[in-house]
Amino acid sequence: MKGLAFGLTQVGREFKSGEVRVLAAALALAVAAMTAVGFFTDRVAQGVQARSAEVLAADLVVGSNRPIPAEHEALAEELGLAMARTTSFPSVVLAGDASALADIEGVSANYPLRGALKVSRRLEAESETVREVPPPGEAWADPRLLARLDTRVGATVRVGRVELKISRLLDYRPDQGFSFAELAPTLLINEADVVASGLVAPGSRVSYRLLLAGDGSALQAFRDRVMLGTGERLRGIDTAQPEIGNAVERAGRFIGLASLVSALIAAVAVAMAARRFASRRMDTVALMKCVGASRRFVLTAMLAQLAVVGLVASLLGLGLGWLAQEGLVFILADLVGDALPAPTLAPAVGGLLLAFVVLGGFALVPIIELCRTPPGRVLRRDMLPPAAGPLLVYGAAIGGGLALLAWQVRDAVLVGWLALGTAAVMLGLAAGGWLLVKGASRLRGGGGAWRYGLANVGRRGTDSIVQVGAFGIGLMVLLLLTLVRTGLLEQWRDTLPAEAPNRFLINIQPHEAEGVREFLTERFGGGELVPLIRARLTEINAEPVEEIEFGSPRAQSFIDRESNLSWASEPAPDNRVVAGRWWPLGDESEVSVEVDFARDLGLELGDWLVFDVAGERLEAKVTSLRTVQWDTFKPNFFMVFPPQLMADFPRTYISSIYVDRSLRGDVLELVRSYPSVTVIDLEAAIEQVRDVMDQASLAVQYVFLFALGAGLLVMLAVVQSTREERLYESAMLRTLGAKKRVVLAGVAVEFAALGVISGVLAAAGASGVAWLLARRVFQLEFAFDPMIWIAGLVAGLFVVGGTGVLATRSVVTHPPANVLRGY
Amino acid sequence: MQQATGAQPVLKSAGLTKKVSSPEGELTILDRADLQIGAGESVAILGPSGAGKSTLLSLLAGLDLPTSGQVWVNGRELTALDEDGRAAVRADQVGFVFQSFHLVPALTALENVMLPLELADRPEPRAAARRALEEVGLGPRVGHYPRQLSGGERQRVAIARAFVGDPAVLFADEPTGNLDSRTGGRIADLLFGLNTDRGTTLVLVTHDRVLAERCDRQLEMDGGRLL
Repeated sequence: MKGLAFGLTQVGREFKSGEVRVLAAALALAVAAMTAVGFFTDRVAQGVQARSAEVLAADLVVGSNRPIPAEHEALAEELGLAMARTTSFPSVVLAGDASALADIEGVSANYPLRGALKVSRRLEAESETVREVPPPGEAWADPRLLARLDTRVGATVRVGRVELKISRLLDYRPDQGFSFAELAPTLLINEADVVASGLVAPGSRVSYRLLLAGDGSALQAFRDRVMLGTGERLRGIDTAQPEIGNAVERAGRFIGLASLVSALIAAVAVAMAARRFASRRMDTVALMKCVGASRRFVLTAMLAQLAVVGLVASLLGLGLGWLAQEGLVFILADLVGDALPAPTLAPAVGGLLLAFVVLGGFALVPIIELCRTPPGRVLRRDMLPPAAGPLLVYGAAIGGGLALLAWQVRDAVLVGWLALGTAAVMLGLAAGGWLLVKGASRLRGGGGAWRYGLANVGRRGTDSIVQVGAFGIGLMVLLLLTLVRTGLLEQWRDTLPAEAPNRFLINIQPHEAEGVREFLTERFGGGELVPLIRARLTEINAEPVEEIEFGSPRAQSFIDRESNLSWASEPAPDNRVVAGRWWPLGDESEVSVEVDFARDLGLELGDWLVFDVAGERLEAKVTSLRTVQWDTFKPNFFMVFPPQLMADFPRTYISSIYVDRSLRGDVLELVRSYPSVTVIDLEAAIEQVRDVMDQASLAVQYVFLFALGAGLLVMLAVVQSTREERLYESAMLRTLGAKKRVVLAGVAVEFAALGVISGVLAAAGASGVAWLLARRVFQLEFAFDPMIWIAGLVAGLFVVGGTGVLATRSVVTHPPANVLRGY
Repeated sequence: MQQATGAQPVLKSAGLTKKVSSPEGELTILDRADLQIGAGESVAILGPSGAGKSTLLSLLAGLDLPTSGQVWVNGRELTALDEDGRAAVRADQVGFVFQSFHLVPALTALENVMLPLELADRPEPRAAARRALEEVGLGPRVGHYPRQLSGGERQRVAIARAFVGDPAVLFADEPTGNLDSRTGGRIADLLFGLNTDRGTTLVLVTHDRVLAERCDRQLEMDGGRLL
C-alpha cells in the first residue's frame, strides 16, 4: 500500500516532468488511433451491414408459400421490430389487347424496411428515391413490362379483377434480386389491391414475406422465439447474395488490416517511449533504493504510475479518437452522411483494454527491468539492471502483439500471415542492422564528419540495430501506405471496372443465338454468349438427395429446384482452380464445383453427382474445385462441365453486357425483337457493390492516416531515444573544438546510413508483405513495383536523415557548459 | 584492523573483499578491508583514483555485495541481508551525499528532501523537510527544481536530504568535488557543523587532504587495500 500511495502521489509530480508527458502522449495517440478506427469502422461496418440488409429490404425475413400467421407479427410487435408485408405471385397483366407475364408484388406501408424504392416518370429521366408505396388503384411498373405491353406511364392495366393506373416506372426495389428465379418484370401494387384482384386463392403460386427490422438483440430474440411452421423459412443478411457478401468480406479485410497496422505501429511507439522512460529513470530508482526503498516498493510505485499514466492517456486518447471520427464524418458527410449509424460503445471499452494490453506487452518489461536497477549506480553510473531474459522480453511483446491481433482482427488467416510477415521483417531488419553495425565498425574512411557519423553507428551497437528496426518499420508503413495501399485498392476496384456488365440476358434460344450476338455486337460493342442447361441434382455418391440432410439453406434451395449448369473448355478468367485439376481434354464425365458451394453441399473431390436434365441422366465426377469472383458480375456457375459431355442436351444461352443509360431504348428494342429473351437489370446490385467498395476505401485511407501518424511518432521516439547521449557527445566534441557544422554533418551521416539501410530493408519488407496480402488474403494479382525500392532508398535517406537532423538540431544549440554541468 | 577510538563501533567491516572479472582475468578491487568506526566519529578515506575508495563506500552502505567478508551497521550484519533488507537498514540508519548531488530532476528541492522520509514512512515529512532546508539556508527556494539551482545550492539540498532522517551514519563521496573552492568550503562547513550538532558518524571519501584533515581520523587506501 505504501508503494501504491507513494506512486500515486509521485505521478502528480511526475506529470509536471517531460518524460512522463512523452509516454502519455505516445499512449494517447495510440489509443486515439485505435478508437478512432474502432468508432469509425464500427460505423462503417454497421453501414455496410445496412447496405447488405438492403438486399433483403429488411434485417430478417420470414418467407412462406402460405399466409404468414398472425402470431409471427404479434411476436415481432412485442419485440418492437419494424414490420412490412409483401405478397408476390406471377400473373398475366393486360393492357388493351396486349398481355405479358409479370411478377406482381403487393406491398404494405413501410416497405421496404431497408433501402429505398427508386422510380422515374419517363424512361430517360433520372431515378428519384421515394419513401412511399403505390396507393390503392395505382401501380409502378418495371420498364420491361411496359415494353412488352407496348404501353407507357399513365395507361391503365388490368390484373385479375382490378384496374390499376401505371403512375411511375419502377427502376429499383432493394429486394429485386438478380437470380434466375425472378425472371418476370415486376409490377408493384398496394397490398389492398392484391385482395381486390381476386387472384390469391388456395392453390395459387403465392409467396408471402414478413419483413422485419430492428436492433440486433430484438432480431436475435425473434430468431430464438419464433416457431416456424411447415414451409416457412427465415432469411437473414448472412444468406444474402454472394456478390454483395464477397465485397463486404473484402471490405472487412481491408479495414481489419488498416486498424491492425495502426495498432501495431502505435505499440512500437509505446515500446520505444517506455524504453526511454525507463532508461531516464534508472538514476532515480537507484537513488530511491539508496535512500531505503525496497524493490517491491519501487515496483508498486512504478506500476501505479504506469497505470495512472495509462488511464489518463487512454481517456485523453478516447476523447481524441471520438473527435477524430466525428470530424471525419463531418468532413465526408456527402459521401458517408446519413448512411452511418451512431457508433456503439464497444470500441471505447476496446480502446481502454487495448491501452493496457499495449502497456503490458510493450512497456511492462522495461519497467520491470528498471526496478532491478542496482542501488550502487549512484556511485558508478555504468552499473545497469540485469537484462530481462529474452523469453520475457519477446514473450511479452509477442503476447501483447497477438492479443492485439486477435482483438482487432478476428480473422485467423489475416492474423497468421501478418504475424509471419512481421516476424520475417523483424528478423530481416535485425540482420540488416547487425550487418550495418559490423560494416560501420570497419569502414570509417573519409573526412571528419563521415568518420564521426559512421563510427557512431558502429559504436552504438545494439542501439543502432534497434534504430534500424524501428526506422525500418516506420518506413515500411510509409511505403505500404503510399505505394502498396494505392496498388491494392486499385486492384480491387479494377475487379469492377466502370463498364462492368449491368444487364444479364437469359433464355436466348439456340436459333436466336446468332441474331442476338449480332445485335449485341452492333449496338453494345460485344457480348459473349455462354451456354446454359437446366438440370436437377438427384444423387450424390449414389444416395438420393432427398435423403441427405443439408445444413445450408443455399444447398437446400439448389436441391429443391432446377439449377443452371454450364460448360467450358478453359476456366473463365475470374475463376481459379484451388483443388484438383481442370480437365485436360474434356472427354471424361467430370464436373468443376465452386468451392463455397461444394462446402455447402458437403462435396469433395472424387464424389459422383447425378443430374436429371429434361428426363435424361447426366453423371459426372467432381475433379476440381474453383473460387469464383462473383463481384465481376460476369455469368458464372456453381457447376461447370466439359463441353463434349453436354453436347446433346437442350440448351439456351446467356450473356452479360454493359448498357449505358442512353442505350436503355436499345435494350427494349432487343426485348421486342427477341420476345423470349429476358433482360435482368444488375445496375442496382453493381451500385451496391460500388458503394461498399467506396465506403471501405474511404475507411481504409482514413485509418492509414493514423498509422502514418503512429509511424512518424515511432521515428521521433527513436531519434529521441539517443538524445541524451548525443547531447553529451556534441557538448564534448564542441568543447574539444569541433564546429557545429561538423557535429551536425556527423549526425546527418549517422542517420542517413541508418536510413538507407532501413529504407532498402523496408522496401523488401513492404514488397513481401504486399505480395502476401494480395495473393493470400485478398486473392488479387499483385505486380511488383520497382518504384518501391527507389522510394524506400530516398525516403530512408531524406525522411530518416531529415527527421534525425531536425530532431537533434537542438543538440548543437545547447551551450556545452550547461550540458556538461549536468544536474 | 582500523580501530575506533574508544566508542562503540557503529560501522564495522571484516575481510571485505570485492573481485570483478575483466578481459584480463579476475581483478581484486578491494582486498580484505577491516575497519571499525565509532559513534559520532568522522573518518576520511583518502587515496588516488582507482584505489578502491568508492567500492569500499558502496559495500559499507550495502549498495553492493562483497565477494567475501562482512559489514555491520549498528550491530546488524548488512552482508547477511537481501537487497530489500539492506534498503530497510539504509532507510533507517544511513544518509548519503554524493559528488554529483543525485537529486531527482522531476522533484522540487522540498520533494527531494521529503523522499527518504516518505520512504521510511516518517510522520509529517513536509514539515521536517522544510525545516531541514531552512537549516541549510534554502528556505526561500523550497519550490525550485534542481535545474533552477546552482551547484552549491544543489549540494545543500542533498545535505538537507542526508540529515533530514537523523541517520546514524552519513556517507559522503567527494561532496565538494564538483564545486569551486569557496563554495566547497561552505559546503564542508555545513557538513561538519551538522555532523557535530547531531552526533552523526561521518564517513568521507575524498582526495582533498585539507578536507580530510577536518576529520577525526584519516584512512589511506591504495591498490584496493587499506594501508
